Amino acid sequence: MTEAIVEVKGIGKTYDSGVEALRDVNLSFPKGQLSTLLGPSGCGKTTLLKIIAGLLPRNAGQVLVKGKPVDGPGPERAFVFQDFALLPWASVLRNVAFGLELRGEPKEKREEVARKYIAEVGLKGFEHRYPAQLSGGMRQRVGLARALTVDADIILMDEPFSSVDEQTRRKFQEDLLDLLRHHQKTVIFVTHSIEEAAYLSDQIALLSPRPGRVSKIVRPNVDHSRSPDEIRRDRGYLDTVDEIWGMLRQYV
Amino acid sequence: MRRWQIASFALFFGLWELTGRWPVSPAFPPFSNTFLALIEMIRDGTLGKAYLITAQPLALGIVLCAIAGIAFGIGMGLSRSIEWLSLPVFIILQAAPMAAIIPLLTYMYGIGMGLSRSIEWLSLPVFIILQAAPMAAIIPLLTYMYGIGLTSKVLAVIMLAAPVIVMNSYKGIRNTPPSLLQMCRSFQGTRVQEVVKIVLPHAAALIFTGLRLGLAMGFIGIVIAELLITPTGIGDLISYHSSTADYPKMFATIASIVAVAAVSLHLLQRVEFRLFPRD
Repeated sequence: MTEAIVEVKGIGKTYDSGVEALRDVNLSFPKGQLSTLLGPSGCGKTTLLKIIAGLLPRNAGQVLVKGKPVDGPGPERAFVFQDFALLPWASVLRNVAFGLELRGEPKEKREEVARKYIAEVGLKGFEHRYPAQLSGGMRQRVGLARALTVDADIILMDEPFSSVDEQTRRKFQEDLLDLLRHHQKTVIFVTHSIEEAAYLSDQIALLSPRPGRVSKIVRPNVDHSRSPDEIRRDRGYLDTVDEIWGMLRQYV
Repeated sequence: MRRWQIASFALFFGLWELTGRWPVSPAFPPFSNTFLALIEMIRDGTLGKAYLITAQPLALGIVLCAIAGIAFGIGMGLSRSIEWLSLPVFIILQAAPMAAIIPLLTYMYGIGMGLSRSIEWLSLPVFIILQAAPMAAIIPLLTYMYGIGLTSKVLAVIMLAAPVIVMNSYKGIRNTPPSLLQMCRSFQGTRVQEVVKIVLPHAAALIFTGLRLGLAMGFIGIVIAELLITPTGIGDLISYHSSTADYPKMFATIASIVAVAAVSLHLLQRVEFRLFPRD
């Protein structure tokens, strides 16, 4: 097994309201792979992702990135938001370059980098549009491009496709796989879609609800080098979907 | 659209003319007489002079509100602990009708919250109350405290305009989507970058709306002040022509201030839509 780039140890989180979201969560995320946090709503998967991102404080445990404990956001992690989190008053170009803008990169340099990633996510020609003029899928491509510009090794994605329609989602998933393989990113991905998890992931962590704990780790036996249509008809893929559903149905 | 607007104006002035010719009351002149009076007052310069006088406390009040009110609203939105900022609020509070405020204050501060030092808790209810308080009732108090000069009139404008300006700035700041703030933090943005690049641009449209509504309130304030404190400017023209029973001139003055207020607000709104296009 490849080395872990992110590890969480004994993570516990209780909200001020008294709701216990996570209890003693232990997980490791292998370098260069796509790991999914999967579970029914309310299982604390987004909470766990935001704790890894350093956006939420935890009550117990440790987050290790490349072996070092971290307490806040860092340059080696970039976040893709469920609601895109784009600046409505800024063009696609400025939005994509915004991570670099916050780091104080000069305008010319950051726009050059941004243009490159805008083209990679398939938005060439839309540089001067505004978020309100884009569809949900295109907005999320902007969010993804922004996360790629800062050259983080780890991309954290919080249900990135949940507000994207089904057809767009498939295409987007395929593009995502290509892009991430190409850039050799480590991805931690939150979803509630079993098919999405089985299709995309190298490793799936199933979380049980309230308080969220890791109930099982599944490693789908899916060959990602094959074409998307082959994967969707693949025995290993279908078996993984069945296996996960078998375990999740008890929580629904 | 435009055609209907013109038709609506024509209908309004037509009805005015009719009711004026009908001997409803000798104090109600027809539109034509009022219009002629207006032309005459523009020609002989009385109207222009009056507006120069009226504009002073209005402009002073609005500019003061724009600077202090927006700063205060932003401060309320951003900081929970700059205690001294809430002091001027209590000075304003002294002028408001206390009896009406006490039950509200107890409600806002009392229940379950204990004593909080935050600006938000201290000053939010004050501005809510100021928005609702009957300002005309407070004007005599202003005269009593600050005399009949410019100060009282500027204060009247400020008291009407400030609440909506402060509240809009405050709401604009507070309504920043949390995911944008998280986004900024996830890219290691500093607090200063967060405020300058996200919070303030996000609030800008609402702050500008607050200024426009503040100016609308300011027009109300200045006319009340000029009628109730000492007659000057437009208020003087209205009360003078009323006392000499020159009703066409009185109505012409009233119509002119309504028109000036409406046109300036409309222009500001167009600037607003140009600067901050709606989605």
